[in-house]
Amino acid sequence: VIAMTARIQAITMPKWGMTMTEGMLVAWLAREGDRIVAGQEIMEVETEKITNVVESQSAGLIRRLVVQEGMTAPVGGLLAVLAENDAPEDELEAFIRGYARPIASENAKRAAPTARLISSGQYALNVLSVGEGPATPVVLIHGFGGDSSAWLFNQEALSVARSVHAVNLPGHGGSAPAGSSGLDDMVAAVIATMTALNVDKAHLVGHSLGGAVALAIAASARDRIPSLSLLAPVGLGSEISAAYVDGFLAADRRKPMRDALACLFANGERVSPEMVENALRSKRLDETCTALGSVAATLVDHGRQAIDLRRLLSSIAVPSLVIWGEKDAIVPIRHADGLPASVKIERLADVGHMPMMEAASAVNRALSAHFETAEP
Amino acid sequence: VPQKSFRQALNEALHHEMKRDPRVVVLGEDIAGGAGASGEQDAWGGAFGVTKGLLGAFGPSRVRDTPISEGAFIGAAAGAAMTGLRPVAEIMFIDFLGVCLDQIANQAAKFRYMFGGKAVTPLVIRASYGAGTRSASQHSQALYPILTHIPGLKVVIPSDPYDAKGLLIQAIRDDDPVVFLENKLLYDTIDDVPDGAYTIPFGEAKILRDGRDATIVAIGRMTLFARKAAETLASEGIDCAVVDPRTSSPLDEETILELAGETGRLVIVDEANPRCGLAADISSIVAEKAFGALKAPILKVTAPHTPVPYAPNLEAAYLPDAERIADAVRRSFAYRK
Repeated sequence: VIAMTARIQAITMPKWGMTMTEGMLVAWLAREGDRIVAGQEIMEVETEKITNVVESQSAGLIRRLVVQEGMTAPVGGLLAVLAENDAPEDELEAFIRGYARPIASENAKRAAPTARLISSGQYALNVLSVGEGPATPVVLIHGFGGDSSAWLFNQEALSVARSVHAVNLPGHGGSAPAGSSGLDDMVAAVIATMTALNVDKAHLVGHSLGGAVALAIAASARDRIPSLSLLAPVGLGSEISAAYVDGFLAADRRKPMRDALACLFANGERVSPEMVENALRSKRLDETCTALGSVAATLVDHGRQAIDLRRLLSSIAVPSLVIWGEKDAIVPIRHADGLPASVKIERLADVGHMPMMEAASAVNRALSAHFETAEP
Repeated sequence: VPQKSFRQALNEALHHEMKRDPRVVVLGEDIAGGAGASGEQDAWGGAFGVTKGLLGAFGPSRVRDTPISEGAFIGAAAGAAMTGLRPVAEIMFIDFLGVCLDQIANQAAKFRYMFGGKAVTPLVIRASYGAGTRSASQHSQALYPILTHIPGLKVVIPSDPYDAKGLLIQAIRDDDPVVFLENKLLYDTIDDVPDGAYTIPFGEAKILRDGRDATIVAIGRMTLFARKAAETLASEGIDCAVVDPRTSSPLDEETILELAGETGRLVIVDEANPRCGLAADISSIVAEKAFGALKAPILKVTAPHTPVPYAPNLEAAYLPDAERIADAVRRSFAYRK
């Protein structure tokens, strides 16, 4: 984010997520003349999912805010200039004028990794794979109504020394529906897909419904799962926001969809129009519509969770991490209470049901540390 | 997501729905055979190639060439719709509306109302529209204001391939008569279009660009120019929202009023003639319902009140373009109460 010259530093548009080519500067959290420190929140940037706060990576005096609030800049584009007071104005002007403006090209977007359909027996799941290396691979499993892009802010960060496979559950994200869309169907589909990918062992990370799928996989294929990470999982208690599930299923227009998605976050106003549009595009497909209805029935029964795996978490001997947002309005954080002492629990303040987006850095750090402790 | 042309997106929509529902039939001029292609089957796929391949996939009983008589085959389609089929009829150019208007306006549009809701008319009429192809006055008009005026009709004007497919499937599944208008110069535009079938609900505008300083409403091909104008204006520090109503009937008043209210400045772009047009209609709605929020008069960028000229220089001057739209937004900023 910060590029250095001898005395003038540039603050540029960060790249958040593999497909980001440009971003909208929603708000400055610092003004010209402010002295900022490393780690300070300096701006809010809208991505294809949510508006997020950007921390400065260096310290200095803000001399110029180059881009106004509400304007869009390409990734790497100049947003602001840091310099001490002894740097003359004409030098700042020359720095700004001479700063190469990167082109946010459609080609860059097309060059981003894309998911591919992995067929294994009766299953065909769309899988987005990133990274390679000697460390044990990771498999990421999204939640109800989501897809592999749920891990937009995580997948690249986790793939430094390993391959990271974000699967799309049956009936989601271009994957074929499986059987009656029950938990067993989803578990079998992911295990078969791991085998087809030649992934013998993998750290499993599951969010929400994907958490229940991950936990059930760990229980049935214990030898293949060196570690388990559950983010706001279902299956550990009976409460769930049936209103959210129903609202999401019913939403076929922008406003109802935005209202539904807003429930997922501690700060619902951060949901970007692109996230709303993409959710609608996915849900409008005939095949998704039908499949989601069946999956919802797997998830919720008369307003309560239909999946109970709490005893499983006590019985499996897989190193487990649970991450939960304290402001989760879909699955309450109290389901993290009273779990076995061996389970590590990370509670995140001011975070809702989507910790991997709302607190991406903290989640990435916690996951990486958890993988390390469980590497064979 | 695969990339497809507007033409291909429409073709896929027809394939999906004909496969899904045996009651869906298509009829029109040269949609199965082709002018000058004696004895050759599926030569043309209609004047713009949209129905190419349907004859082979679904056979001559469901893909029917008609005589050059819009009054007859639109009437046949309206009757077929009322008696159980779901016809998709193609009028080559919307300019030929005049010879079949009775079947559309007095018959199809009135059935549900005059039969006390006991009859439905699941009829789709597809037609090309728009200037810019040197096709002269009788093959270049944008006559959707005439159709929008008639209660009982739904009027759809897609602006990109993704919307074209979803809106056409919605039109075919709709139980009311829908006129579906395709700008000739959009057929070769390319966009992400999923392989599966999907529907886009009518009456929901699409926000093509968020902005806080001014709102540009544009429909059909005009959205391309509006977006270009918004980019130019952004480099001048003017941040424009661009909104595409997608359907002129039903019209998403709420989204337009909301954006116009938030930004306080409104420019409406329409390639139809200005009198009693869509731009005039939207302008009147906003003036009536959001007057207090406006910081400047509503401005319209439309074709002039003339026939579409044939001479290339005059035709270019006839159509709105990005520069005229940007100028209108600048004029809106120059205004002071």
